[in-house]
Amino acid sequence: MLGPNGAGKTTLINVVCGIVTPTAGTVQVDGHDILRNYRVTRSKIGLVPQELHTDMFETPWGTVSFSRGLFGRSPNPPHLERVLRDLSLWDKRHDKIMTLSGGMKRRVLIAKALAHEPEILFLDEPTAGVDVELRRDMWALVRGLRASGVTIVLTTHYIDEAEEMADRIGVISKGRLIVVEEKIALMKKLGKKQLTLHLQEPLREIPAALGDWRLELRNGGSELDYTFDAGASRAGIASLLRRMGELGIVYKDLNTSQSSLEDIFVSLVSERA
Amino acid sequence: MSHAMRFPAFNRHGVLAIYRFEMARFRRTLWQSLATPVITTSLYFVVFGAAIGSRMIEVEGVPYGSFIVPGLIMLAMFTESLSNASFGIYLPRFTGTIYEVLSAPVSAFEMVLAYVGAAATKSILLGVVILATANVFVPVTISHPLWMIAFLVLTATTFCLFGFIIGIWANGFEQLQFIPMLVITPLTFLGGAFYSIDMLPPAWRTASLFNPVVYLISGFRWSFYGTADVAVGVSLAATLGFFLICLAAVVWIFQTGYRLKS
Repeated sequence: MLGPNGAGKTTLINVVCGIVTPTAGTVQVDGHDILRNYRVTRSKIGLVPQELHTDMFETPWGTVSFSRGLFGRSPNPPHLERVLRDLSLWDKRHDKIMTLSGGMKRRVLIAKALAHEPEILFLDEPTAGVDVELRRDMWALVRGLRASGVTIVLTTHYIDEAEEMADRIGVISKGRLIVVEEKIALMKKLGKKQLTLHLQEPLREIPAALGDWRLELRNGGSELDYTFDAGASRAGIASLLRRMGELGIVYKDLNTSQSSLEDIFVSLVSERA
Repeated sequence: MSHAMRFPAFNRHGVLAIYRFEMARFRRTLWQSLATPVITTSLYFVVFGAAIGSRMIEVEGVPYGSFIVPGLIMLAMFTESLSNASFGIYLPRFTGTIYEVLSAPVSAFEMVLAYVGAAATKSILLGVVILATANVFVPVTISHPLWMIAFLVLTATTFCLFGFIIGIWANGFEQLQFIPMLVITPLTFLGGAFYSIDMLPPAWRTASLFNPVVYLISGFRWSFYGTADVAVGVSLAATLGFFLICLAAVVWIFQTGYRLKS
């Protein structure tokens, strides 16, 4: 889930998890209403909050045992051991949480959220303010969890993170989900491709004979940009080049570029602004 | 739907998790939690029981040192119940860890049962410890042990509920102290902890009857010595009434999400 700061990403998560009371509308988790059937929906969900809220005097082992019980599950030490080992917290299981580093505290929160074997995991900006190495670790961890069959909803305002990790992307702006789409489809549908031709001789203006193509002159007429939809089956590049040949416009080089998710995101959000 | 069928009607593990967590906090702070009130109470016995009490006549046929025991237990229980229960729910609100309890499949009833149950357990333990301490200083007789236990448990639960409400209402540590210091302590001192309200001039005696703490202390003292400022039935009704008022407030808090949810 992508969105600028203050767009409502955390609020949405908190509504689903029961921390914020919705003012309107309904939410269903796996077909169950979050208010009427809150026990079922909440037992399916694990939440990793954005802020590092931990019981400083507790140990990782104590706090994951607490979380598992809180969510109504009977004790299962082998599962908790697996979770702590996967998060490289096993050696620290008897240390006080207050003595752990920031990155470890975040992993403790993830371990707590996984203690009751949830089917859905909410990760609220897990990489905000995290160093590069830890960010890579976090990505690897999320991939591992996804492979184990857990549905992961990750919020971020880092677009590269969404581009790297997501199967589906939702864009939220000013409290509204503007779009929810498979990442590849979203990039295809909204992404633009651009062909840039570096001309031998600068052009003063675009010849009328080339009016069928979306063209733009740049760099004092020495570059000609052709923009087309990334998803279009017939982009018309071949016919454009043929027509240019007929008109005697010579180019010495050409390159194509594709808009990133960032460009798409910025255009989506600014459209609504 | 199979998952829905499997989730129990009562989240036993959840209640136990919170209860154990709260009791663990109590164990970590055992020294402050038990020693402080015991020392304070012992000081009362030294001052009122030995120093002043030896020069005082009996109150309603009971030596003064013994007479103040139920009042002192109540005084300690009020204070400790309020501070334990309010701190127990205020701390996770303050540190932000409340998010986990709110997002867990724990009902309002289960949450209150766990938090208030843990705080009440501590208070009752404390009451018993103070009673044992008192027994070292002065002779104590308990005429109606079952009623004594009933008043002890009911009062501890009621004040823990009250403390829970304060912990949810408070928006800072100073507000946590506000009601115990400014309301409960004066009411207890004026509520017959150290004297029988029959010893007061008639006008003050009547005024005292508006003090709810009078009924709590009077009923508790009756279970010890069989003498009371007000009829024991009235005491019991007042205690139950106070309990129900606190319970209603807690139900309202959870129905509206007051100070817990935004």
